[in-house]
Amino acid sequence: MLSRVADSLYWMSRYLERTEHTARLIGVGLTQILDQTPQAIAPRWGRLLAALHVEPPETGLDDPQAITRLLTTDAANPASLVSCITLARENARQVREQISSEMWEHINQLYLRMRAATIEQIWHDEPVEFYQMVKERLHLIQGITDATMNHGEGWRFIQVGRYLERIWATTLLLEVFFQPYLNGEESAIDSIDWVVLLKSCTAFEAYCKVYTADVQPAQIAEFLLLNAESPRSIRFAADQLQDSLEQISQLAGGRHAGRAERLAGRLRAQLDYGQVDEIIAGDLPLFLRQIRQQCTAIHEAIYQAYITYPIEQALLR
Amino acid sequence: MPDATIPLVGQPPFEQYTLTGAYDEMFAPDGSVRPAYAELARRLSALSREELQQRQRYADLTFLNQGITFTVYGNESGTERVFPYDLIPRIITADEWQQIERGLSQRIIALNHFLRDIYHDQQILRDGVIPRELVYSCRHYRREMRGLPVPRGVYTAIVGTDLVRLPDGQFVVLEDNLRVPSGVSYMLTNRAVMKRAFPRLFGAHGVRPIDHYGQALLATLRALAPDHRPEPTIALLTPGVFNSAYFEHTFLARQMGIELVEGRDLLAHDNVVYMRTTGGLRRVDVIYRRIDDDFLDPMVFRPDSVLGVPGLLNAYRAGNVVLANAIGTGVADDKAIYAYVPAIIRYYLGEEPILPNVPTYLCDRPDERTYVLEHLDELVVKAVGESGGYDMLIGPHSTREQQAQFAERIRANPRNYIAQPTLQLSCAPCFIDGMIEPRHVDLRPFILFDGEATTIVPGGLTRVALRRGSLVVNSSQGGGSKDTWVLY
Repeated sequence: MLSRVADSLYWMSRYLERTEHTARLIGVGLTQILDQTPQAIAPRWGRLLAALHVEPPETGLDDPQAITRLLTTDAANPASLVSCITLARENARQVREQISSEMWEHINQLYLRMRAATIEQIWHDEPVEFYQMVKERLHLIQGITDATMNHGEGWRFIQVGRYLERIWATTLLLEVFFQPYLNGEESAIDSIDWVVLLKSCTAFEAYCKVYTADVQPAQIAEFLLLNAESPRSIRFAADQLQDSLEQISQLAGGRHAGRAERLAGRLRAQLDYGQVDEIIAGDLPLFLRQIRQQCTAIHEAIYQAYITYPIEQALLR
Repeated sequence: MPDATIPLVGQPPFEQYTLTGAYDEMFAPDGSVRPAYAELARRLSALSREELQQRQRYADLTFLNQGITFTVYGNESGTERVFPYDLIPRIITADEWQQIERGLSQRIIALNHFLRDIYHDQQILRDGVIPRELVYSCRHYRREMRGLPVPRGVYTAIVGTDLVRLPDGQFVVLEDNLRVPSGVSYMLTNRAVMKRAFPRLFGAHGVRPIDHYGQALLATLRALAPDHRPEPTIALLTPGVFNSAYFEHTFLARQMGIELVEGRDLLAHDNVVYMRTTGGLRRVDVIYRRIDDDFLDPMVFRPDSVLGVPGLLNAYRAGNVVLANAIGTGVADDKAIYAYVPAIIRYYLGEEPILPNVPTYLCDRPDERTYVLEHLDELVVKAVGESGGYDMLIGPHSTREQQAQFAERIRANPRNYIAQPTLQLSCAPCFIDGMIEPRHVDLRPFILFDGEATTIVPGGLTRVALRRGSLVVNSSQGGGSKDTWVLY
C-alpha cells in the first residue's frame, strides 16, 4: 500500500471519529441544558468546549445558539463539525479508489448535508435530532466501512486512526470532569454531570449493566479507563490499536515497526493491569496526560515506520 | 403508412423542437423520426414531463452524491462542479459505427507511424510531405525523444478523437487528442446512471456494452511493459485532487485495480522508478501518466514542476519504465499538423482516409493568413497547441473587438493559429428546463492501440453545448454530456 494512501486513510478515519465525538458531545450537552437554570448552563458549556479544545466564543457561554454555531457550521473553527467532515472527505477523496464506493458516497453525502446546514435552520427544526442524525450517519459510515472494505492493511490503518483518536478524545473528556472533582470543587460536578459524562461516551447503559445506576466517580473512571469489553473504554481502544499495528506490521511485508508496536503494547499492558484505586490515589489527570503523550509517540513511530521513512534506509534492504 | 404511435416533430413531447440547417440525429428533414430513434421517441411520448423531470433529478442527484465532478480553473466559488448530464441518449447505428471504427483505427495507426518516423529517420520530412520547420516549431515536439526506441513502436496508446457530424450526415474529425485525453469515465458513468434511470429502455434497443473499457485499457498497458518484467507493476500517475480530471483518475485506477500515484509517491534511483509503500520501495514498470510532458520531470522539463518525478526521463531512456502515452506525442495533435493527417495516412498506409478532415487554413502560410484575417467573422480560429476550448475565436458569435484582438495575435504569431469554417454541428434532442429541445453535439470515441491492433469500445462521450445555439461543447465552457448508444 502506498505510504500516502495509508496516511490519508489514517487521517480520514481520525476526522470521522472526531466528527462523531463532537456531534455526540453537542447532542448530549443540548439535552442536558433543557432543564437547567441559566447559571448552571455556562460552566457545562465551558466543560464541553474544553473537552473539544475549543476557546469559548466572544459572546460568552450563555448563548447556546452561538456556541453550537461555533461547533457546527463555523468553517473558521478547525474543530467544528463542518471543518472535521470537510477534512475527512478531503482525505477520502485522495484515496477514492482505495475505499469502497459506498463509503465514499456516504461520506460525501454527509459533507454535502453539513455544508448546506445553517445554525438557524438547525435550531428552527430540532437541534437534538440534527446531532443525532450526524452521529447516526457516522455510525452508518463506520458500519459500511467494516462491511464493504477488505479487512486488509488499509482497513487496519483506519482502525489505528479511529482508536488513537478515541483514546485522545476520551482522556481529554475524563480530565475535564475529574480535574475539578479531584481538586475538591465538589459542587462543580453533580450526579447529573456524571451521567452526562457517561452519555457523552454512549456508555451510560453499558455502565448500568456492570455497576447498576449507582453513579460513582471511581467506578466511572474504572469503566471508561479499564473496562475490557466496552468499545468506548480506553483499554478496549488500546487493545484494538495494538492488534491493528501488529497486523499492519505483518501485512506490510516484514518491515520493522518495532517501536510503534512496542509503544502500543506498553500502553495496553498499563491498562490491562491497571488498578483504578491506585490510579485515582496517584494523579489521575497526570495519568491521562501521559496516555496522550504515549499516543503522540505512537503516531510518530507509525510515521517513521510506514510513511516518512528515509529513502536510504529503504534502499538498503 | 406512417406509424401513428411515433410522434413527429412539433407533436408532444417535441412541441418545442425545431429543425435547423444542422443534421438532426433524431429527426429526418421531413420531421419524421429516424428508424434508429423510433422506439426511443415512442417511449419518450409515453412519459409525462413530470416523470422525465423526476428521472433527471434522480440522475443529477446520483452524480452529486457520487461526487462525479470536475474542477473549473479560475473560478473561486467552489472548485468542484457536477458535469451536467442529459437524460436522452444519442444513438449511433451499426453501419455508422463501423465506418467510424475503421476510420479511427486507420488514423491512429498512421499517426503512430508518423511519430516513430519524426523521432527517428524523418523520412516524411525528407520526402517533403510535411515542411520540416512546421514540425520543429511545434511546441510539443520533444528533441529528447530523438532516436529513442519505445516499446512496440507505440507512441500514443490511449487516444480520444473528436468527431462532429456535418449537415450531410458525414462524420468528420475535428481534432485528435494524443497526449492525455480525458472523458472516458463520463462515458462509463453516463451509461451506469442511464441504466438506473431507464432500465427498461435498454432491452428494447439492443445497445452494445462498453463496460469492458477498464480491462481493455489494462491489457493495453500490460502489452507495453518491458519484456524482462513479466509481472509488471502498473500505476496511474495523477497530478492530484486539484486536477480537473481527478475523478476520472480515481475511477480508472479502481476499474483496473492499479495503484493511483502522485509524483510525490514515486522516486527514481539508479534509473529505476519506485513507489513509496508502507512495506518499503516497490518497483514500477508502466506508468499511465495523466500529467503533461512539461511537468513529468523537473530535471528535464519545467524545473518548477512539483507534480513530476526527478530522474523519470533517465529511467525512461534506460528502458526501465514505460510511459503511456510516450513523451512528445503532442507534435501529432498540433492543429497545424492536423491539416496534414490525410497526407500522413496516404504516405504511411497508402490508403485514402476513411474519415475526412475539416478544411483548415494555416495562418503560417501568407495567402491563407490573408484569407483568415479577411474572414474572421465567419471562421473558427484556434491556437495550435491548446485544448479544452481555450484561446479560441468563433467568428459568427464574436464581437468586432474580439476579432481585432485575434487579428493582432495571429499577426504576432501566425504559426500558433489555424482557422476552420464554422461548422454546423449536428443536433440531438436534450431535456432542458422541462422541454425537449435540440442542442449541438459532438462525439469523442476512445481508441486504444497496443502496437498490433486497435480497440475501440462501441460508444464514446457525446458532449452537448447546453446553451441554445452554442457550438462549444467543452466541459470547461458550459458543456454537458449524454449517454451514447451504439446499436447491434
